[in-house]
Amino acid sequence: MSAHTQDYAPRELDTSLPLPLAEEEAAAPRSRLQRQWSQFRRSKLALPGAVIVIVFILLAIAAPVLAPWDPYENNLMDMLVPPSWAHPFGTDELGRDILSRILYGARLSMVEGLFSVGLAMIVGVPFGMLAAYVGGRTDTVLMRIIDVLLAFPGVLLAIVIVSILGASLINAMIAVAIYTMPIFARLARGSTLSVKQEPYIEACRAVGMTHSRILFRHILPNIASTLWVMAALRVSLAILTASSLSFLGLGAQPPSPEWGAMLATGRNYMLIAPHVALFPGAAIVLLVLGLNLLQDGLRMALDPKMAER
Amino acid sequence: MLTFLVRRLMQLIPVVFGVSLIVFLMIHVIPGDPAQLIAGPDATPEDVEVVRTSLGLDRPLPVQYLSFVGKALTGDLGMSFRTGRPVTEEIGARYGNTLALGLVAMAFGTLVGLAVGIVTAVFRGGWIDNTVLGISLLGISVPPFFLGILLMLLFSVELNWLPLTGMGSWQNFVLPSLTLGIPNVAVIARITRANLVEVLQQDYVRTAQAKGLPGTVVVLRHALRNALIPVVTVVGLQMGYLLGGAVVTETVFAWPGIGRLLIQSISSRDFPMVQASVLMLALTFVLINLISDILYRLVDPRIEIK
Repeated sequence: MSAHTQDYAPRELDTSLPLPLAEEEAAAPRSRLQRQWSQFRRSKLALPGAVIVIVFILLAIAAPVLAPWDPYENNLMDMLVPPSWAHPFGTDELGRDILSRILYGARLSMVEGLFSVGLAMIVGVPFGMLAAYVGGRTDTVLMRIIDVLLAFPGVLLAIVIVSILGASLINAMIAVAIYTMPIFARLARGSTLSVKQEPYIEACRAVGMTHSRILFRHILPNIASTLWVMAALRVSLAILTASSLSFLGLGAQPPSPEWGAMLATGRNYMLIAPHVALFPGAAIVLLVLGLNLLQDGLRMALDPKMAER
Repeated sequence: MLTFLVRRLMQLIPVVFGVSLIVFLMIHVIPGDPAQLIAGPDATPEDVEVVRTSLGLDRPLPVQYLSFVGKALTGDLGMSFRTGRPVTEEIGARYGNTLALGLVAMAFGTLVGLAVGIVTAVFRGGWIDNTVLGISLLGISVPPFFLGILLMLLFSVELNWLPLTGMGSWQNFVLPSLTLGIPNVAVIARITRANLVEVLQQDYVRTAQAKGLPGTVVVLRHALRNALIPVVTVVGLQMGYLLGGAVVTETVFAWPGIGRLLIQSISSRDFPMVQASVLMLALTFVLINLISDILYRLVDPRIEIK
């Protein structure tokens, strides 16, 4: 998914670049990338958001190097120890180092966000594009399926799917993907409908292009920026949903250092050792906040409607 | 209006059909034999066969689906595996608790959200606006299960003002409805602010100001009315998300509602109870969407009835 949309993005870039204009106004940002960067910077909070997200990505990658302890190693002599020099975030009910577990948990959160949203896009985007492009009865039938999926409030659809598949992290991620899919299907359908009206699509058809070529090489690049903005928003929601499922016992199972699962056990020790719940919770809030801030900047940079303002 | 109502109700048919089909299929797509599941792990093969024929599990799936729908329409959603009593009894006892929590949270979220939205729209760009924006960004970044735990730690453990869990007095409502309602405050405040800012720039508002009406009258009587129209839809949609969020909040606060029942039933593999809880929550959501659509048409006469 990400591979082919990225392949086509530069193609569209070249055609839309107003070359003569760039020479006339030397002061104005020249390349599309620079223009997008200056749009991105218009959101004051986007850069701090990007920094938070990048730090989390680095922490996740370097977890084995940075973690002072083994995240799975029990130490029954050091149970529920409050934060100290040896254990900066304290230890949990089995004496495991919470800092190390949070670092390893960052990897799980990254996977949760990227896998769920990636899968949702791979299924949802072609689904919606096809509905809009073919139209007629196909559109009606496909959209009724989407309506049914959207008839389950909030995380309920994800809960239904996990209860069928069984509780595990991978099933929780599949459930979040299915729960996210209708949003991409609807968005792709709406965007495709408006692009479909454009004269250049008619021109494509007139020169005898195949439908799949029109869909993937001419329509997809033009709706891609809208889809990416939504993807950025949905990654943070996917992380929240997957960790909610883990919190409910329907996702990652012990001894996995998933943040939601850690919070669920931490809740049991709230009265005697609140740090067990507080640190994983703070990690989720910080990562999701960073993603939300970053998303605001991405919307400014990529959403054509925002650029006009 | 009548054509709209008929059309809207017709749209419900495929949705309700799809939802009931998914709920029905749940018990058939889980790994393992439903008859074995109902008979229990210790049942002999003969017992399993008795269960299979007595519950009609040997009939073709479409026939089973029709009988499932037929029974559901008469209020029979099967027996709980755990208690052996009709699931509707337990659902009925808990449905009201979920609804009560949802409504209190919604009322809180809407009232505070509207107030915050109005204040930030009037003082847009100022420090109040920016502070509120920051807080609301934080508000939507805190997962409800963590928010619930934080509120418990602060108000129940540290300050000892409010009860930790359970249900009984009005004090039990405070923390769960805050947990459920705070994300709504952020959403409703944002949409109110965005719409009010747009309306405040319109000519008729300037006319109202020019003829010397006090600011509060202009904002509350003239501008707010038109700004509220899109908010109605959002409130309806948010009510749906409250139902979903109730699952998490009820688990955190041990609230005896359908959401907690659902999670408990999943872990005890009490599938009829799972089916009934999911069905009730989904149908309630569909109904709320219907009502908010109708309200939307009622408050905004400009909308064409297609």
